[in-house]
Amino acid sequence: MADDRLVIAGREFKSRLWVGTGKYKDFAETQKAIEMSGADVVTVAVRRVNITDRSKENLLDYIDPKKYTILPNTAGCYTVEDAVRYSRLARAAGVSDLVKLEVLGDERTLFPDTAGLIEAAKILIKEGFIVLPYTNDDPIVAKKLVDIGCPAVMPLAAPIGSGLGIRNPYNLKILMESVKVPVIVDAGVGTASDAALAMEYGADAVLMNTAIAGAQDPIAMAEAMKYAVWAGRLAYKAGRIPRKLYATASSPIEGML
Amino acid sequence: MQTSIRIQVNGESREWRSGATVADLLRDLEITTERVAVEVNLEILDRAMFAQRPLKDGDRVEILSFIGGGSF
Repeated sequence: MADDRLVIAGREFKSRLWVGTGKYKDFAETQKAIEMSGADVVTVAVRRVNITDRSKENLLDYIDPKKYTILPNTAGCYTVEDAVRYSRLARAAGVSDLVKLEVLGDERTLFPDTAGLIEAAKILIKEGFIVLPYTNDDPIVAKKLVDIGCPAVMPLAAPIGSGLGIRNPYNLKILMESVKVPVIVDAGVGTASDAALAMEYGADAVLMNTAIAGAQDPIAMAEAMKYAVWAGRLAYKAGRIPRKLYATASSPIEGML
Repeated sequence: MQTSIRIQVNGESREWRSGATVADLLRDLEITTERVAVEVNLEILDRAMFAQRPLKDGDRVEILSFIGGGSF
């Protein structure tokens, strides 16, 4: 698997599991879980610095930006204006031109507002951003995002934090066949088999947060996810056998009494 | 001569000495300039400008950084 690198916009990634950094008990647990997951891309959010209590530690004291690709997101943005503003702030904070673009449509589902997403992506791409859009499992929208210059797309498996696994495997499969850029399945994974399945369908990577951070033992789940993504990727490359209704014996008939 | 100004920092009203720059503000708040973004009156300030930009009465300053987050 060492030579099986994921390449997006000329950047090489070793790991096909990307992880979020929210919802952990503390930074020490965040750090340990990321380490166990083997991920080399971690997502972060952009928020106000606490100006009244400066004793609060900084996440990036625990996650070395030299070791990991820090991928800022626009989580919590419901308008094009906000998503663009947060992207610009993330770039100004000085990590890179990369942004995981989220324009959310609804608080209950956190489904993406795909019209807003395309509009925001256009603005940001014009400003030189490398836009990785969090989108629906809609092949047409994915194609539009690629056409305007997104070097990868990040369709959801299920609503963010729902743990429902892949709700629409056929759409996701069509989506993967519809675009020539890497597809990173983002959001909705509940357990290791969900991640393995996404990779078996042909996803190039999986991004998750809650499935690890919300597990009873996040560190152990991080490790499980690492192997699930590996296994799924290997199985995809190996090529599975076709499904058949009836049995096919695996032992020869010859030599039987 | 005015010796103090009133500014908004991350939504909080603060009294500050006049003539201070954004860099001074960050230093006084003990915020390292590394990996923070500063917006003054909705305009993002280039890091090189922190020491050049004097704070004026009524300025709305936002200081942001990275925190843990996956998707929202």
